[in-house]
Amino acid sequence: MNRRAITVVLAAVAACSLGGAVATAMAVERVRGEGLKEEELFLPSGAVLKRLSLGYSGLLADIYWTRAVQYFGELHHEKAVHYGLLYPLLDITTQLDPHLTVAYDFGSIFLSQAPPEGAGEPEKAVELVRRGIRENPKEWRLYANLGYIQALELHDYRAAAQSFHDGSQIPGARPWMKVMAATTAEHGGEVQTARYLWSRLFETADDPMLKQNAVKHLRAFQVDDDISRLEALVAEYKKRTGAEPASFGALISMGWLSAAPRDPLGHPYRLAPDGHVYVQSPAELPFITRGIPPGAEPAVVPKTF
Amino acid sequence: MPVIEISGLEKRYLVGFWRKREKIGLHPLTLAVEKGEVFGFLGPNGAGKTTTLKLLMGLIFPTAGTANILGLPSYDHRVKARIGYLPENPYFYDHLTAEELLEYLAQLSGVDARNRKPRVQEMLSRVALTGSSRVQLRKFSKGMLQRVGIAQAILHNPEVVFLDEPMSGLDPIGRREVRDLIQALKEEGKTVFFSTHILSDAEALCDRVAVIHLGELRGVGAVDDLTSRVTGQVELLWQGAGAIDGIVALGGKIHATGEIVRATLPEANLDAAIDAIRRAHAKLIAVTPVRSTLEDYFVEKLGADAAVTMTGKTEKTGARS
Amino acid sequence: MNARIGWIAFNTFREAVRDRVLYNLIAFALIMTAAAVLVGQISIQIERIVVVNLGLTAISIFGIIIAIFIGVGLVAKEIERRTLYTVLSRPVRRWEFIVGKFFGLAGTLVVNTFFMALGLFAALFYVAHEFTRADLGLVVALYFIVLQFFLMTALALFFSSFSTPIMSSVFAFAVFVIGTFADELHGVASMLPGVSKALVTGFAYLVPNFSSLNVISRVAHNDPIPFSLIGLNTVYAMLYSAAAISVAALIFDRRNLK
Repeated sequence: MNRRAITVVLAAVAACSLGGAVATAMAVERVRGEGLKEEELFLPSGAVLKRLSLGYSGLLADIYWTRAVQYFGELHHEKAVHYGLLYPLLDITTQLDPHLTVAYDFGSIFLSQAPPEGAGEPEKAVELVRRGIRENPKEWRLYANLGYIQALELHDYRAAAQSFHDGSQIPGARPWMKVMAATTAEHGGEVQTARYLWSRLFETADDPMLKQNAVKHLRAFQVDDDISRLEALVAEYKKRTGAEPASFGALISMGWLSAAPRDPLGHPYRLAPDGHVYVQSPAELPFITRGIPPGAEPAVVPKTF
Repeated sequence: MPVIEISGLEKRYLVGFWRKREKIGLHPLTLAVEKGEVFGFLGPNGAGKTTTLKLLMGLIFPTAGTANILGLPSYDHRVKARIGYLPENPYFYDHLTAEELLEYLAQLSGVDARNRKPRVQEMLSRVALTGSSRVQLRKFSKGMLQRVGIAQAILHNPEVVFLDEPMSGLDPIGRREVRDLIQALKEEGKTVFFSTHILSDAEALCDRVAVIHLGELRGVGAVDDLTSRVTGQVELLWQGAGAIDGIVALGGKIHATGEIVRATLPEANLDAAIDAIRRAHAKLIAVTPVRSTLEDYFVEKLGADAAVTMTGKTEKTGARS
Repeated sequence: MNARIGWIAFNTFREAVRDRVLYNLIAFALIMTAAAVLVGQISIQIERIVVVNLGLTAISIFGIIIAIFIGVGLVAKEIERRTLYTVLSRPVRRWEFIVGKFFGLAGTLVVNTFFMALGLFAALFYVAHEFTRADLGLVVALYFIVLQFFLMTALALFFSSFSTPIMSSVFAFAVFVIGTFADELHGVASMLPGVSKALVTGFAYLVPNFSSLNVISRVAHNDPIPFSLIGLNTVYAMLYSAAAISVAALIFDRRNLK
């Protein structure tokens, strides 16, 4: 065997083995993927980890944060109803780096919301955010997070108003904190308040997942509004003409609508013979409380507001 | 056909931080060594001797030229089983014993399993290391390591033996033993190619020598030829200090030890010198023509434009770089 | 040809074993037993978990460090100190040298791991007073750790083929750390857009995946390891090591030795 032959053979072996290794790695990922979601995964306590991390706790926090987001994202994609590891992961993240604000933001929404849009653990969310407040007393946004949870998921409007108020006292807090305190205190149970809170959340959130979530809520309000309005028009029509309108066309010809009404996703609303208005694809509109076609599962277990 | 045939063998290096400057380790070298010769490769330290040997052994690769050993390219596998190599200042595996090392290297050289143990013992006794055969190599002195090195170079009975500074690290007795060994190898019909900067060894052992300096071959010649040139000087040895002045007047250089005087002077003045000694009633002991030594040839080849000290440091007086 | 690889491997093994490496085994076994005794006195109910976690992690880390140091030491140092000259002047091909070194080092590490595992099992027995079927999981974890060692050795040889001893150790250790976080790399990649995603994903797959060979916490909780994973990981370790070694041989083949 001369040198050239050896070189060629070695290069071929190297290329093939590396290719094979990468392919095998992909297969390994698939096999392991089934195991990673198990809820019994051993997660060490944050305090222990912090000591073990030899001062690199910031990096480790980032790594756990990445895992938390990935964990939630994957499960959410599969419409899971159980997110058992979300709190532990966020807990570890914030113990390693108590100043990682985005973890509190994320946790306050996605821990508290009902499945499958969240873990459905609002009390844990509160615990997480309270710790954040302890560690970051100057961070007024955390009070807002607390207020959101209390108002939107726990329906404890007095506590929410108090949280917004406390937050508004911190130097640097935005003026709308005071507005939120007042609104929640006076108009706690009303739809408008919730809408206002979600709008605020949408504007202030940096994380794309949080923004997306707020958008979904706002769309739901829009849908609820639309359907109330449309059904009211239908009822009016019936009152005037004595019959159910056959389609929205009838309402258009009455001059009450300028075009066929569409939901925030662009799909046309459906008018049922009994006068109810339904959305076309309820699965894409979580959080709506009206307009769900009969027999369809609501995307989220609706809460009475 | 020559046993070693080197043709235009060259080694250039790229040096400097960005590897842009070129340095020439070996200028194109052309050389041939015949079967059964003991060939000396002479030069000061840093001349390129080790570079040449490493090129021949395939430890580094030439940037130009070829080298054939026993008719095959030097990097050919079949060649390696038939040659032996002793590197400069050899270093071996710390935790093996001499015996284990030699057995390992014998395995790699393809020595038959049956012959291995006897061969190893034979080699150990040949280099006088039988007593230390079970000692770990990290406990060996430099001289002992050198002897192990020689043993491993010849244990597989190679046809050609390459030795890089074989005398280095040895005491006078050791050096004598190595000289005898090289002589014995020659008598066995082997070809020996060794590098050294100790000229007396080369003069005693070699059939031919080559002188290399600053990576360039400066001269090749048979030792007999080079040392048979008569320098035109004679050496006189006599007893009796009285004649000294007269000899000095004739251009003689004097070394006196008590009553015995030694003087070197031009041959043309020999008769006059003998007269001077007789007139001073001194006793003439010997007259010897001075032959050129290898050292003379060496210094000559190193070039009049560079003064070379024995450590190889060069003071440039000329344009050569 | 095969015989030469075998002799080189055996010689490497002998050199490594005599090179004080043996002493760490005794040290480790003693430390393990002491730790187990201590642990048993502090916490009840979870001693087994702690012993398994602590023991396997220690074997893994000790072993990786040994793999790096003898892998680098026995090749890069050998090249620097010219021990190699007398070997390579013989009919030994450069790639045979690399491959032989690999097998010798791998063998050393297997023997190493075996003795350390004995220490672990001894500590475990002391703590739990019996062996259960679940302890078979430990064998799988140890097998995966050995695969990690093979990978690490191949990488150490790869770096040694062109770099100095110190830099080779540094590179090897760095690759180990990155490889341990391979999962996170995949996670980051999945959150990136477009070209960055492709680049990072590619990098995540190229990096040796040490985390998939780490089943320590699963085994500590008696979580069974699927056979498919055992098979796949074996294939992965073999292929990746083969790649690293062949590149090492390629580089070494062309290298001018100082």
